[in-house]
Amino acid sequence: MTAPPATDAPVAPGPRRRRLPDWGLGYLFLLPALVIFGVFIFFPFAKNFELALYRSPPFPGLPRTYVGFRQITDVLGSGDFRHSLWTTVLFGLLTVPTGIALGLVLAVLANQRLRGVAIYRTIFASTVATSVAVASVIFGTLMNPQVGLLPWLGINPSPAILDNPSWALPAVAIATVWQNLGLSFILMSAGLQAVPGDVLEAAEIDGAGPVTRFWRVTVPLLSPTIFFAVVVGSIFAFQTFGQIDLLTRGGPQNKTNVLTYFIVTQLREHQNPGTAAVLSIALFLITLLLTLAQLRLLERRVHYAR
Amino acid sequence: MTAGAPSIAVPGPAPATVTRPRRSRPGLRLVGRYLLLSVLALVVIFPIYITVVNSLLPAPQIAARPPKFFPSSPIWSTYDKAWSNGHFGHYLFNSAVVTTIIVVGQLLTAILAGYAFAFLKFPFKRTLFVIFLATLMIPFEVTIVQNLTTVVDLGLYDTYAGLALPFLATGFGAFLLRQAFLGIPRDLEDAAALDGYGHWRFLWRVAVPLARPAIGALGVFAFLTAWNQYLWPLLVTKDDRLRTVQIGLRQLRSASIEQVNVTFAGVVIAVIPLAILLIVFQKQLIRGLTAGAIKG
Repeated sequence: MTAPPATDAPVAPGPRRRRLPDWGLGYLFLLPALVIFGVFIFFPFAKNFELALYRSPPFPGLPRTYVGFRQITDVLGSGDFRHSLWTTVLFGLLTVPTGIALGLVLAVLANQRLRGVAIYRTIFASTVATSVAVASVIFGTLMNPQVGLLPWLGINPSPAILDNPSWALPAVAIATVWQNLGLSFILMSAGLQAVPGDVLEAAEIDGAGPVTRFWRVTVPLLSPTIFFAVVVGSIFAFQTFGQIDLLTRGGPQNKTNVLTYFIVTQLREHQNPGTAAVLSIALFLITLLLTLAQLRLLERRVHYAR
Repeated sequence: MTAGAPSIAVPGPAPATVTRPRRSRPGLRLVGRYLLLSVLALVVIFPIYITVVNSLLPAPQIAARPPKFFPSSPIWSTYDKAWSNGHFGHYLFNSAVVTTIIVVGQLLTAILAGYAFAFLKFPFKRTLFVIFLATLMIPFEVTIVQNLTTVVDLGLYDTYAGLALPFLATGFGAFLLRQAFLGIPRDLEDAAALDGYGHWRFLWRVAVPLARPAIGALGVFAFLTAWNQYLWPLLVTKDDRLRTVQIGLRQLRSASIEQVNVTFAGVVIAVIPLAILLIVFQKQLIRGLTAGAIKG
C-alpha cells in the first residue's frame, strides 16, 4: 500500500522503465475474460457444430459414428423437435406479453403522487427477491390438490393441475409471470421516470382521460423500454428450464417439453450429446433470429424521444 | 402537480373541477386509487404471504378447506426441520461460497476489461470489443453440452470451481464498466499522469472509486443471477455436499403432504438472504437491472 519511490521522484524515467507499454497492459487486462469466454462460450459453441455431425452410440462407451448432416436433418425434421419448438413459442406467448403488460400497469399506477405509494412500489417489486426455483416450489406446492387453497376456490381439475395436459403449461406460465413481475415492474417504472411529467399534464389539461393518456402518451413514450423488455423477455422464455424441471418434468404428455428441457434430457437421460448439440444450434439460431426480427419489426414502431 | 404549474396563469388544481364538472369528487377518486393499489398489492404479495403462513401450520391445517389464512398457533419446528433434515444450512453455505466467488470474479474481470477498453490503446481494440459483445448473443444454455464435458475433463465436476468458473467473466459487465469509465473526465487522467500515476494506480485510486455506482450495480446484479442459478448447479453437482439453495428446493419439492410445511419453510429460508440484500442495495439493484433498458 505504501509507495515511497513514487512520491520522491514524480516524473523520473526510472520507475517508468519497468512498466508495460499500453498495448501490453491492454491485452493483459483483457486476458482473464478472454480465457473464460474462449473456454466456456466460444469453444463449446463451436464444438456443437462438430458434435452435431456424429451420432452418439446407443450405449455409452462405444465409439460414435460420423453421419454428416443426416443427424441434423433427422432431429430438426422430427415431430419431437417441432412439438418442443411450438411448446416454447406458446410458453413465450403466454408469459412475455402478460408479464410486460402487468408490469406496465403496476408501474403506471404506482407512479402516482400519493402518500405512502412507496410501500406499494416495494410490494410490486418484491418478487425480484424470488428465484425461478422459489416461485416454482411455491406455486407447485399450492397446486398440489391435497393443499386446501385451490380446491376451496373451486379450482380442482382432474387430473390435478400439473398433471393435466390442458392446465400444465398455463400453470407454469402463471408461476413464471409472477416471478418476473418484480423485474418487469422495475423496468417499466424506470422507463416512466424518464417520461417528462409535463407531457402527461399537458394531455390531462387537454381533456385526455386516464385510459387515453395511457395509450396515447405513456405507451408511445415508453416504447423503447417495452421494446427492450419484449426482446429480452422472449430470449429468456426460450431459455426456460427450472420451472419445467421443478413443476412438470416436460409432461404431462410432453405438453411442457420446452426446448431447453428437451436439450437437457437428451444430454442427461439419453446420454446423447449429438442430438443435444443439434438442438443447441437450433436454440441459438432461434434466439438470434428472434432478436434480429424484433429489432427490425419493432424499431420502426418505437418512438425515441431523442 | 409540479412546481412548474404556478407559472401558468390558471390558479392551482381548481380548473379540473371547473372544466370537467361531471368528474366524481377528488376524495372519492383518492379512495378508489388506494383501493385499486391495495387489491393489486394483495394479489402480488399473496403467494409469499401464504408461503409464510403455511410454513407455520401443522400439515392437516394446510390441507383444510376452507384454508387457514392466519396461523393461530404457529409451529416453528418446521424451520428447524428444513434447516437440519433438509440440509438448508449446508445449502446456504454452498450458495454463499459460489456466489461470492462469482461476484468477486465478475467484478475483477469487468473492471480490468472495462478499463482496457476505456483508457488503453492497443491494436485490434475494436475487434476485441466486438468479441466481448458477441458473447451476449450466445445463451449459456447453448454451451452446456461441451461445458459439462470440459468441467469433467478439468477434474472440476462436483467442485466449487466447477460451479463458478464459467461465470467469472461476462460481456455485460465489461460493457457496463467501460461505459462508466468513459464518463470519467480526461483531465483527471492527465492530472494523475502528472502526479506520476501509472495506469495501475490510476485504475484503483481514481477510476474504480469514481465508477462505484456502476460497480455496485454490477455487483448486485451478479449476486442476484449467481444466487438464483439453477441449470448449471444441477448439472455439475452430484450430491448434497455441494448443492446450492436452489437445487435444495428441488429436494423439498417432492415432499408428501405431511412434510409440505417444511417445504414452505425451506422456501422462506431460501428467500430471506436475497430479500435482505435487496432491501439494503435497492438503488444498486435498480440501476443494474435497468442498465440495458434505459440509455440516455
